[in-house]
Amino acid sequence: MSEVDMLASRGAAKSGSSGAAVELDCKGLLCPLPVYRASQAISRLEPGAVLRVECTDRGSLADFPAFARQRNLTLLSATERDGVQVFELRKEADA
Amino acid sequence: MSGLPARERRSGNGNGRRRRLALVASKGTLDGAYPPLILAATAASLGWEVGIFFTFYGLDIIHRKKHKKLKVAALANPALPVSVPNLVGALPGMTAAATAMMKGWMKRSNLPGIPQFLDMARESGVKLFACSTTMGVMGVKEKDLVEGADVAGATAFLDYAADADVSLFV
Repeated sequence: MSEVDMLASRGAAKSGSSGAAVELDCKGLLCPLPVYRASQAISRLEPGAVLRVECTDRGSLADFPAFARQRNLTLLSATERDGVQVFELRKEADA
Repeated sequence: MSGLPARERRSGNGNGRRRRLALVASKGTLDGAYPPLILAATAASLGWEVGIFFTFYGLDIIHRKKHKKLKVAALANPALPVSVPNLVGALPGMTAAATAMMKGWMKRSNLPGIPQFLDMARESGVKLFACSTTMGVMGVKEKDLVEGADVAGATAFLDYAADADVSLFV
């Protein structure tokens, strides 16, 4: 398994059982990988869908609000607990 | 134009275009190759257009063979975490040791290698400009470059960079 495949599987987006949000696990990944994976996941989503990203890179707290601005996404929430940052992003019709 | 969203389109630059990043990559070391490729992958993730002009030793980053073997200088590198006097840094094996150390950090941090970052850049549509003067000076042929590289002079790159919102020399 190549490094990229490994990272891809680690950052694979999975549909939550509730169907409410698509989950993306970016724990253990450093910049630029969380935003890179989130960008790939967002591109596959339909407008109105929500992506939930979990990160441990300290820079993510600054990066995800900027990512949302640049990609025209709505940052629904940004929380941190036990060193894990969780971001919920909604894809808009024009994103 | 009708149908404009109420909110400002931040990924555009106000002229109805996507934002654009123009980078010059001039260093051919392992530690010199990461910053431009990380910036390029990030900007592409933000929906920006990205072009990198690989010039002088920076051309090694898109050299078919050399990009897999970029090294960290042990000689005259005061930033190494272990203090290495220049006389010691000049000894055989010291460059390999410094390179192995950085590759170890990258692996431990789950950061991809240079070949993987190049793949990410190409998948994201990043334009790779290969400096034609460097190719002439160093005897690099088009077949020596990684797939997707475009041979160009400074004029073509500046023409691209003239429409950039962010331009950086690395």
